[in-house]
Amino acid sequence: MKEQSRKTHPEEEQVPEQDIPTTPQADTGDLDDLLDEIDEVLEENAEEFVRNYVQKGGE
Amino acid sequence: MSPGRHSEHLTVLGTETEFGITIKGRTHDSAVLSSGLVVQSSPDGIPVRWSLTEESPGRDARGRRFTVPVDVDPEALNALLPNGARLYVDHAHPEYSTPECLGARQAALHDKAGELALARAARNTQGLLSPGETVSIYKNNSDGKGNSYGAHENYLIDRAVPFVDIIDYLTTFLVTRQIFTGSGKVGSENGRPAVPYQVSQRADFFETRVGLETTIRRPIINTRDEPHSDPDRFRRLHVIIGDANRSEPQTFLKLGATALLLAAIEDHALPDRLELDDPVRATWEVSHDPELGHRLRLADGSSATALELQWQYLDWLSKYAEAASRPDEGVLDLWRGVLEDLEIDPLRTADRLDWTSKLRIMEAYRARENIGWDHARIRALDLQFHDVDPAKGLYDRLVSRGSVVRLFDDRQVAAALQEPPGETRAYFRGMCVRKFGSSIMSANWDSLVFDTGEATYKRVPMMDPLRGNARRVGTVIDTSKDVASLIDALGSGQ
Repeated sequence: MKEQSRKTHPEEEQVPEQDIPTTPQADTGDLDDLLDEIDEVLEENAEEFVRNYVQKGGE
Repeated sequence: MSPGRHSEHLTVLGTETEFGITIKGRTHDSAVLSSGLVVQSSPDGIPVRWSLTEESPGRDARGRRFTVPVDVDPEALNALLPNGARLYVDHAHPEYSTPECLGARQAALHDKAGELALARAARNTQGLLSPGETVSIYKNNSDGKGNSYGAHENYLIDRAVPFVDIIDYLTTFLVTRQIFTGSGKVGSENGRPAVPYQVSQRADFFETRVGLETTIRRPIINTRDEPHSDPDRFRRLHVIIGDANRSEPQTFLKLGATALLLAAIEDHALPDRLELDDPVRATWEVSHDPELGHRLRLADGSSATALELQWQYLDWLSKYAEAASRPDEGVLDLWRGVLEDLEIDPLRTADRLDWTSKLRIMEAYRARENIGWDHARIRALDLQFHDVDPAKGLYDRLVSRGSVVRLFDDRQVAAALQEPPGETRAYFRGMCVRKFGSSIMSANWDSLVFDTGEATYKRVPMMDPLRGNARRVGTVIDTSKDVASLIDALGSGQ
């Protein structure tokens, strides 16, 4: 379906530069830093934190 | 096309978000009380009675009426914010409703301002707690234990559109848009098949195609017919199937793409309904397929992936926007880029979508620690991603590292909490909160009631969401020295 719509409308391939900027994908080294940072802020007792996170249904 | 429905072809819309709440170390309070504490602690809000006289949550778009039970005193725990938003307690959750916004970009900004409102209220609440107690607020939709709470979208549409058209043309879009509206979740709930990780927080909870309820037997299309405006001209479509998103471009895309689709339905511009064979089943099938390869069965016997169906909608709506000269605010380009990247590798969208953002972190964390999806730290990460406290929220770690795309800066978000949109009646509400807040006796979306010091209260109706804007009432509000002269000026048509 998608291929079809692309073939019949090739002009869609030449869209102008996006208004919304995209950042380059972070590399693995960056992720290692991030994981270290997460360790610093992640709830110390993860098991208890997860167990106690109980909500009432809403809406 | 109805002239009152849009302004400059942008849709009037808004969101309502129920936040998760915990007070660690505190066992004696109910969630309702904890939520009330947070609402009352908001440094931005003024407490008001919420008038239910005009509300009709039991009115059904299909023509029936139901009695809706009210389980907490709805007048007790309500605040208006200076941006025209409402902060209140709903079903044991603090809830933030954005002001009425014009266009998806403005709505995404005010949705983000709601996170700030809750973070600021939580900070004040923390000061009231005993040592050892910690309040946390989460912008998510599930506790992972079978309880879900909502993130609803509201779109103002033309009353003339037959509701059956909305059901026919919107259902498949809502089911398949999950690939860019999901906020991701570890595991499954509500008796759905077990999965390690899924795209959406909410998909497991949808059980019927069409219905009035929002707390049980949740429907893909919600028929609540409560326009909060002139019911002869307007319908407020209440979309309940979305996830709450931390990502700004994701909220923007969710709202913008859906508003564009609804506009095309109003203009009878969609060539096909793309009817699914079983939309309820398809809802969790799409969510349970983070690799996006699953083929959904269509009613005509053919099959397509959610991605293929979204490409079709994008194609149709690109043509519609061009033919109708309808501004898309940049939604179409964002949408196209997201679909292209999802197709190559979903993780390429980790800078724009919560579900891939979280998945990327979890995959890396699991690999480093050599732990499974069931591990408590992965589940903790699943929750803490959504914590609105910038010091603790993992999404905010990504923001501070520049790893995610933003649409707004912190200054714009802070301003959006204090300033109402200029284009809708939220302007009147918000400016009255700022200037005459102590005189507001009660409020609803379509009215404000003031105490001017006279024998009777004065009610100002606001039945058209596009009136009460800055152009119409800005001067009157600016030049009124007190609330009595405001009411006089409004009454004399100045």
